[in-house]
Amino acid sequence: MKKFLSIAVASAMVAAALTGCGSNPSSDSTAPTEGTEGNASDSGTAEGGASAEGGVFKIGGIGPVTGAAAVYGQAVKNAAQLAVDEINAAGGINGAQIEFNFQDDEHDAEKAVNAYNTLKDWDMQVLLGTVTSTPCTAVVEKTHEDNLFHLTPSGSAVESIQYDNAFRVCFSDPNQGTASAQYIGENKLATKVAVIYNSSDVYSSGIYQTFATEAPNQGLEIVSAEAFTADSNTDFSVQLQKAKDAGAELVFLPIYYTEASIILGQADKMGFDPLFFGCDGLDGILAVEDFDISLAEGVMLLTPFAADAEDELTQSFVKAYQDSFGDVPNQFAADAYDGIYAIKAAIEKAGVTPDMSASDICDALKVSMTEITIDGLTGSGMTWGADGEPNKEPKAVKITDGAYAAM
Amino acid sequence: MNKMNRVTKQNLITYAIVIVAYLIVMLLGLTGHISSLMEGLLVPLCIYVILAVSLNLVVGILGELSLGHAGFMCVGAFAGAFFSMCTKEAMPAGLRFLLALVIGAAVAAVFGILIGIPVLRLRGDYLAIVTLAFGEIIKNLMNVLYIGRDETGFHFSMKDSMALGLSPEGKTIINGPQGITGTPHDASFTIGIALILLTLFIILNLIHSRDGRAIMAIRDNRIAAESIGINVTKYKLMAFTLSASIAGVAGVLYAHNLSTLTALPKNFGYNMSIMILVFVVLGGIGNIRGSVISAVVLTLLPELLRGLSDYRMLIYAVVLIAMMLFNWSPKAVTFRERYSLKRLLHREKTPDNHAAQ
Repeated sequence: MKKFLSIAVASAMVAAALTGCGSNPSSDSTAPTEGTEGNASDSGTAEGGASAEGGVFKIGGIGPVTGAAAVYGQAVKNAAQLAVDEINAAGGINGAQIEFNFQDDEHDAEKAVNAYNTLKDWDMQVLLGTVTSTPCTAVVEKTHEDNLFHLTPSGSAVESIQYDNAFRVCFSDPNQGTASAQYIGENKLATKVAVIYNSSDVYSSGIYQTFATEAPNQGLEIVSAEAFTADSNTDFSVQLQKAKDAGAELVFLPIYYTEASIILGQADKMGFDPLFFGCDGLDGILAVEDFDISLAEGVMLLTPFAADAEDELTQSFVKAYQDSFGDVPNQFAADAYDGIYAIKAAIEKAGVTPDMSASDICDALKVSMTEITIDGLTGSGMTWGADGEPNKEPKAVKITDGAYAAM
Repeated sequence: MNKMNRVTKQNLITYAIVIVAYLIVMLLGLTGHISSLMEGLLVPLCIYVILAVSLNLVVGILGELSLGHAGFMCVGAFAGAFFSMCTKEAMPAGLRFLLALVIGAAVAAVFGILIGIPVLRLRGDYLAIVTLAFGEIIKNLMNVLYIGRDETGFHFSMKDSMALGLSPEGKTIINGPQGITGTPHDASFTIGIALILLTLFIILNLIHSRDGRAIMAIRDNRIAAESIGINVTKYKLMAFTLSASIAGVAGVLYAHNLSTLTALPKNFGYNMSIMILVFVVLGGIGNIRGSVISAVVLTLLPELLRGLSDYRMLIYAVVLIAMMLFNWSPKAVTFRERYSLKRLLHREKTPDNHAAQ
């Protein structure tokens, strides 16, 4: 009997919570110029001709906004909202407003599928997500089943976009590993390379594997490859000592910036001063608190986005982002911002309208996606192949005088 | 009904709850009243119910604290998914999934025995500590395990996927931290419910058998149990292994519900073990039906709270605390007893009884 009562209490709280949230969408919805709460069909009778040209595109987003990977999800959520607000303020896509709904997946495949189903109940038409690779691989199965257009800003594993309805904005892991090896080889930066990577992270080990495969073709010799895991990411003296003893001229760091900042500090203490070369995960290293930026002097990284680039687009984006959310956007934010604009361009190219079903929109968009060209934050002249991979030039930047400088 | 044994009656109510829930969901599904979110949650609900019930066997019936239940689930999940990946083309889906379940259960049971033999001889909190460590070890081990297959057979490595030395046609099956990708989607709600019923059948029958009474005797007083000739280690090991192998079954179900399987702290770390323990504790330690209900409610709750966006996990925590107080605090217990429906009904009957006398 006490179980029954406890369930009654719990369900009462759920009910209270749900009624509370019922009013949320209206307060969240941006630029309510049409006054249509998403239900174009309902308001069609009431407003007559006004809704015929209007309507609302429902774009869903999925990513971690709680938990260990929350930084990335939050960045994507904010930047996508920013792009949506801009587009809505400028009159929407072919006159149709965008409604954006972002759901939390806690960086977990199971929760990501739940988030996807929630969005499906909300009648999502296009998905921007998911932010991280593993959940993306799980969700892409579902979007493929439902034939829903799927664009991930930053899911970089190969399997994350294995179907024809899925595209991505960022580089794939293999792409980054190969590009790094080629860049080092072609520019003759070094021949003896040491690698320190995170074996418990899909992103890091994925890049390392393709880097190691490509390295011999570029005349590079990997003299030491040392791994660490998420549980042992505070002391790197062993890995650095091995790299030093092996006579490495360059240390390749396919990892995120928090660990990299520790590595740079410890290498400096050891008096070990090779070239450091990283991927887009190193973006953000200059913003680490209590980090002596002089240590990062001369570090090279392959990244599609640098927050202090000189071009007008980046500058206005960074300013708008800082005004709205108070911090400097990272590469994930840039990917998401480009993602929303890519969806807009693809929709305009295909000429789809909000009253079409998600499946019809998907069929139209997966063709038009390969035809558009985007000049975005993460590259100019971006195009997409039918396999979903973006074609853009990886940019190498070098940290000089405490700032990113293009090379 | 009155003639029926009280225990049998209680057990039948538990089975009936599961079957009725199944029928209601199927009916709603057929008439199209079920949302995509609910549809997606059905299989995970089955998984968590199975896990909670199996952990209750160790915590409630055996009286030992196990904090590594997710580890057994992880072992079962990887064993089952590995088997499915190897025989993807060779077998029809139904038979393959059945064998995967058996293999997952068997492998998890082997690990249960391996952990149990040394540890169950200890007394006190040692089992909790060792199972906690075991869960973490398994998770980390899976993250450095690489297994591939080509025409010459299986290749195995603990370093990276290049060290496998696969031929160009070879395929990496378990790829370190990237885990297993492309597991066939074999799990369904019907299979999940069938497995719940099987789990309940096994555990409820065990509890009310001679062996089950021996296990509970050990829980209540080990020395007394030993003195009447109960083989303590044997019965402890029996309960622990059974619980581990059922967790392995849940793991296989988990692996075949999502196309990607990775050993992250989120799904197989100690947080998961603790969560299953929370289901057991809030459902009532030793109360199997309570575990079923609390696993369902507590899995649904965070999803139903999605509307609250940022406050969702906060509210979830508050609800957990509220439920814990309601279930276990002495004042709440007396309050509940005073105003419980059963008592109110009983009170109405009492005067009649007196009159009859």
